[in-house]
Amino acid sequence: MAVTFIKAPANARRGEIIEIRTTIGHDMETGFRPGDDGRTLPRNIIKLFTCHYNDVLVFSAELFPAVAANPYIAFHTRATESGTLLFTWEGDNNFRHSEKINLQVT
Amino acid sequence: MIRRIYRYCQAIFTTALCIYLGVAQAQSESRRSGFDFMRSATQAMQRDDSQNPGMLWVRQGEQLWNQSAGSQNKSCASCHGTANTSMKGIAIRYPVFDERLKRPINLAQKINQCREHYQHTTPWLLDSQSLLALETYIAFQARGLPIAPTRDIRLQPHLDRGKELYEQRLGQLNLSCAQCHDQNAGRQLGGNPIPQAHPTGYPIYRLEWQTVGSLQRRLRNCMTGVRAQPYALGAQELVELELYLAERARGMTLETPAVRP
Repeated sequence: MAVTFIKAPANARRGEIIEIRTTIGHDMETGFRPGDDGRTLPRNIIKLFTCHYNDVLVFSAELFPAVAANPYIAFHTRATESGTLLFTWEGDNNFRHSEKINLQVT
Repeated sequence: MIRRIYRYCQAIFTTALCIYLGVAQAQSESRRSGFDFMRSATQAMQRDDSQNPGMLWVRQGEQLWNQSAGSQNKSCASCHGTANTSMKGIAIRYPVFDERLKRPINLAQKINQCREHYQHTTPWLLDSQSLLALETYIAFQARGLPIAPTRDIRLQPHLDRGKELYEQRLGQLNLSCAQCHDQNAGRQLGGNPIPQAHPTGYPIYRLEWQTVGSLQRRLRNCMTGVRAQPYALGAQELVELELYLAERARGMTLETPAVRP
């Protein structure tokens, strides 16, 4: 179970641009590094990050082996209506982790 | 006349006190945390909990704190309650003298002792992810407090040994800790500033490691750097060094989890 933290406002005015910051604990093993036994460690990275705002995709990012461990992704979106923000991280070895937060728009 | 002399003495005393306090102030200010040597971007990363990757370990540590283990099915919380009250001033006191082993132990070793003797489960490997997470979580409860190692007469010989180790030249480069961190602190080594070696933010998130690491990992790193054979993790010598460094940093603020390049 991955550890994440998300920083986003709980309330926003309609039309306001809000900043969302996310971090997920992940090794982002590149697939190029040798392990303690000298053998190359298999690649294990997050490949895709998405954010759905009331089921509408508002932000996505592709990640590659050059991205450092524990990826921190910050982005902006416009608050249109009250609802949920769904964050999903997907990667190698069927890795999939989702988090949900609520946003109250007035 | 007497009153005039009295006033005169009072003035001298006040001036002397001011000078003394001034000197004391200057002395304490000459000690600087590694934080002050970092670039502003790294400082910003540490200051903002939503950007500090060390907080991931704090979060994981919180889960481990409440997670039952061992034959008795006990968690840390079963004995210690909520960490933000029971663990508030704990990390700043370590390393402490251990009655069982008759030698100083650090916080990680104390956690492992708890696991072994009270939870009746296997101790974690030193520097394993779980141990670091719990250690970071406990140290986080003392964030902002001044480092205050226990004053214990039984620690004195170990403290002296720590100081000796700090000043002892070692490795093929034949360098002691003091030669870099006392005599050349503030200068550059391979593009990075040399800090004064105050353990103010351990366990730290090191950007180079891309993970949280212990003070012992850092010490072993330095030893490899001067091409010496590092002491094993958990070795008595490393704990004694930790003890001396903690004493040297007495009064400085704990920053756990710190971010360092």
